[in-house]
Amino acid sequence: MSNSTHVTRRASALGPGLAVLFVALALVAFLSVTQGSRSIGLLEVLHALGSLNSDVSTDSTVTLELRVPRTLLGIVVGAALGVAGAILQGVTRNPLADAGIMGINSGAAVFVVFAVTVLGVRGAGVYVWFAFAGAIAALVLVYAIASLGREGATPVKLALAGAAVTAGLASVTAGIVMTNVDALNELRFWQVGSLAGRYAPILTGVAPFLLLGLVASLGFGRVLNGLALGEDVARGLGQHVTRTRAAAFAVVAVLAGAATAACGPIVFVGLVVPHAARFICGPDYRWILPYSMLLAPIVLLLADVLGRVVAAPDELQVGVVLGVLGAPAFVGIVRYGRLSEV
Amino acid sequence: MTATTSAAPAATTAGAFRTVRRRRATRSLVVTSALAMAVTALFVLTMMVGSFQLTAGEVIASVLHLREDPSVDFVVRDLRLPTATSALAVGLALGAAGTIFQQLLRNPLASPDFVGITSGAGLAAISGIVLLQLGGLAVSGLALAGAVGAALLMYVLAWRDGVAGYRFILIGIGVALFFDGLIGYMLTRARLSDARQAMHWLTGSVGQAGAAELRLLLGALVLLLPIAVLLQRQLRTLELGDDTARALGSRVELGRGGLLATAVALVALAVAVAGPVIFVALVAGPIANRLLGPATGGIVAAALAGATLLLTADLVAVHVLPTPLPTGVVTGAVGAPYLLWLLATTNRQGAGG
Repeated sequence: MSNSTHVTRRASALGPGLAVLFVALALVAFLSVTQGSRSIGLLEVLHALGSLNSDVSTDSTVTLELRVPRTLLGIVVGAALGVAGAILQGVTRNPLADAGIMGINSGAAVFVVFAVTVLGVRGAGVYVWFAFAGAIAALVLVYAIASLGREGATPVKLALAGAAVTAGLASVTAGIVMTNVDALNELRFWQVGSLAGRYAPILTGVAPFLLLGLVASLGFGRVLNGLALGEDVARGLGQHVTRTRAAAFAVVAVLAGAATAACGPIVFVGLVVPHAARFICGPDYRWILPYSMLLAPIVLLLADVLGRVVAAPDELQVGVVLGVLGAPAFVGIVRYGRLSEV
Repeated sequence: MTATTSAAPAATTAGAFRTVRRRRATRSLVVTSALAMAVTALFVLTMMVGSFQLTAGEVIASVLHLREDPSVDFVVRDLRLPTATSALAVGLALGAAGTIFQQLLRNPLASPDFVGITSGAGLAAISGIVLLQLGGLAVSGLALAGAVGAALLMYVLAWRDGVAGYRFILIGIGVALFFDGLIGYMLTRARLSDARQAMHWLTGSVGQAGAAELRLLLGALVLLLPIAVLLQRQLRTLELGDDTARALGSRVELGRGGLLATAVALVALAVAVAGPVIFVALVAGPIANRLLGPATGGIVAAALAGATLLLTADLVAVHVLPTPLPTGVVTGAVGAPYLLWLLATTNRQGAGG
């Protein structure tokens, strides 16, 4: 069959493609460590990494205390958001589904605003745990409401429940922000999404969750392929559809919740990168997931580096760069690429 | 079910069809009239309550110019009627436009809020507020231009031998993210007072309507709602998929273009009047569909559901809350629990979709 040879040929090209992406990610990570308002050479970076002592020189301080944590955070957060987005699009079979529309961002925002107004908390380091808790609470709520009823959490019900919870929580946030200028001031910076100012404690706080979630997510390729054929077919293939969906949502909650908690809502990566991965790989989730996992941090770090270089010595938030540069690129892919639907 | 066991299957099947169709038509009529009555009641109620209490009779007499009473006329016609009318008109427009988008793109999330149109309006208006310190009519004009511009941009970008729903959605995501990125940037760079005014506009409020924009929106509703309902037949065949619709003789591109243009015009004018009141366009269609049961997809029912939602939200925002807040803050808080309740209860009957 010509179709099957086409598929195998594609698969044989996709394996090396992953290796290329891996190298690209290493290059971008190197750029992210060396570029910025203060340019640091390769030798200094290697020297700093070799000594692991941040007191030797300014260069090594900047490298070890700012750039390296920021780059590592960009990698894990990007990978987490990319994979979480791909899983959500697969489970809900909706191209508009992302962690944001499933309530994650609005849940996190409500808890952040609550922490600012009621508890008087300030600073990203403390927001993290409030945002994480809020994100998970919102996602659990969405899933619980959607799974009421005989047929369980169908894609349409998940999408509508997610949108409704998002809107309800966004109302609460808006209500608080409208009446409290302090909260507005904190929220307008939090909600753009940024890698800046997130230092080692935040990284070490969220990294275990993200790594755990990333490892778990790679096992979902086959079941997502089954779900893509429709629930009845998936059930016929011997899948336990309800259990699969619940497990997928648990993984998404950990990945997207921790990522959003660390960096604020970075919508673009979770929404767009899985589509880009689908353009490359076709409809097979066993490839889409690893491609999303590598493409997303590349895109995120590139945008972050650009934001630092373009506006130096100031910087543009990564969320802004992604929207302004990434979105037109995505539109170009959609317009001229071949589409394979969710 | 009984048709297959009966002696004359063909006749009874036709009969069963007729019964189902009649039941559907009846339900559609009942639900739509009930929604219309709810909207009328809420419309009158909005003008009755306030620091100066009026009876329903006084309000109706004053609005219809049946009785002249200067003090009542001032309160009703000059103070309360504009806000109530704008809540009604914006609700109708957003409800109708939202359900048209959702059906055209065959996606329950594809309301104008998510596919870039409101973001375009938002960016234009926010630029006016933050960069040029504008207000009032100028901001409304910018919002109108932004919404229409975003819609045109999306249509041009998504056009390739016709506009496929899936490609349109993806392009819409891209356009929305582009505008949202710029909005976020503006908000972080703005002075706090400007940011506050911008957030207020972005939340949306029926109280900020100007007379000129409102008159334009009312005219558009009178003209466009009937057109949308007439195009409903096209919409129904489109739900079967482009190829089936074409095979059934629908002029797919013409019908889709006409409907999209209608919906975009309604959204753009509604946003110009009240700002992007979130959630109304998204939720009116699904609420109406769940009330309509098997006779889903009524544009009029969705428009009325939108108006009900916005009038209720306005009542809550102005009279129930301790500090008056923009209407957009309340629409989510009022509409979301209702939609969730509908999802939960229709699920139990196995019809939640």
